[in-house]
Amino acid sequence: MSIFDGLRFRKVYSPIHNLDPRIKFAYVIGIFVVAILFYQIIPLLILFLMQIPFVLLARVQRQWLRSLRGAAFLATFIFVVNVATTYFTSGYHLTAVNVENAGAMTLRFVVLVESFSVFFLTTSPDHLGLALEESRVPYEFAFAFTTAVRFVPVLAEEAQTIMDAQKARGLELEKGGLLKRIRNYVPVLIPLIVSAIRRSLELAEAMESRAWGATKKRTNLYALKLHRGDFALLGITAGIIVAAIYIHFFVHIPTIAQFF
Amino acid sequence: MIEAKDIRYSYVNKVEALKGISITINDGEFVAIMGQNGAGKSTLVKHFNGLLKPSKGSVLVDGVETTKSSVAALSRNVGFVFQNPDHQLFSETVEEEIAFALKNFGFTPEVIEKRVTWALNLLSLTQYRKTSPFLLSGGERKRVALASVLAWDPKTLVLDEPTIGQDHEQKEKLRQFIMQMQTQKKTVITVTHDVEFVAECNPRVVLMKDGKIVADGEGKEILTNPTMLELSSIVLPQIAQVFNKLAPLGFPKDVIDIYEAKQIILKTKEKAL
Repeated sequence: MSIFDGLRFRKVYSPIHNLDPRIKFAYVIGIFVVAILFYQIIPLLILFLMQIPFVLLARVQRQWLRSLRGAAFLATFIFVVNVATTYFTSGYHLTAVNVENAGAMTLRFVVLVESFSVFFLTTSPDHLGLALEESRVPYEFAFAFTTAVRFVPVLAEEAQTIMDAQKARGLELEKGGLLKRIRNYVPVLIPLIVSAIRRSLELAEAMESRAWGATKKRTNLYALKLHRGDFALLGITAGIIVAAIYIHFFVHIPTIAQFF
Repeated sequence: MIEAKDIRYSYVNKVEALKGISITINDGEFVAIMGQNGAGKSTLVKHFNGLLKPSKGSVLVDGVETTKSSVAALSRNVGFVFQNPDHQLFSETVEEEIAFALKNFGFTPEVIEKRVTWALNLLSLTQYRKTSPFLLSGGERKRVALASVLAWDPKTLVLDEPTIGQDHEQKEKLRQFIMQMQTQKKTVITVTHDVEFVAECNPRVVLMKDGKIVADGEGKEILTNPTMLELSSIVLPQIAQVFNKLAPLGFPKDVIDIYEAKQIILKTKEKAL
């Protein structure tokens, strides 16, 4: 469940945490678009390294590393599938460029995980909800979204307890072939889903008894306001996108394999 | 027999939940592990069937080190009933729910059938045999969870907060059931906050605080010691409270049993007459 740890917000004060969530989200989407734009390894590598100062500035390196470790399995999977498909489709032939391309695809995934992880690690669910509200998203949806985000770690913890409970009844999750292994998770998933539904019903009742939806216009304790740092990040984001588009269309990107 | 030797355990978030615990639980013993929230009670009992492995020290279950065995193998002898039944119920019927573990342990269909009937009967669930466990009340679901573990007749039973959500009648049944297990020389380990329940059962009490054992002894001795209980944020059982207040009048302090209390009061009355 370590991949969820990388999405769990912890209250820390840092310049990154104080940034406006809307701008941060624009930045993440910017990185997302740029990562999709390139399929060569060098720009993706640059993109990957570019995030590191943000992580260090936000002082979330440990959680960030944990989320990367959580993504390692999927990343390996992507790499293997990419290598395997090129190997089999090109008539059992593999070049350094093929491997490099597979690496690039993997890196693209890692960049996506990395940037989303930075966003969620440094943005409190409250700010997130506020940002959605300010962006004219109906409050019901904004609330549903922030609640979902907030409950991810709770569900992860619950999944662990359920696995323990079933293991204590002799369930061996890692036993059997692939199909059997997938079937092994039924006793974990059903209680997890049932308890999530039950929890949501309880939450709905609790919310209603605290006057949820009593007035059309809600007031907020905090208001979002753009500061200097936000404009700076907006500038950086725009710069990255413009540079990326320019490079994409006008610059020839070498492969690493070319250098050898 | 369960032997924990100076075990320490830290969670991923570096919180040290157990700070050097040594305890031996002999076959046939009834032990109540008590202490405030976060004292490490659940963490400790999860070591007894290998769900958690100690960071330092060792846990031996019948001489087998838990690090060298799987949870499934250890569970055959150590049944663990979780606090929240909703964390394990998933089958379409109560019957299938109880059969789940039996299938995992590889019992034959005839034995499974027999054991399921036995367990249903034991916890007065026979009428719900074909009902979906999700349609039952909280207390009933808890009993299904208990039945699903008892069905394979483990030598040791670990109960995490068994009295939560149970009415008085069910608690009494649970107590009688534990006594019955005792006559069969089974080990019962329970984690609980329910002082009154413990007082009625009078087991060996292990008091925990901040990942350490602060007291270990007879229930009667520990549950009547206000200073010791205060240390773990536990209040005295009501009878002990009364006798503590009466102590200046020459009453004994160490009373937790209703029948004993009655005898003492009657005797005093006789003397007064």
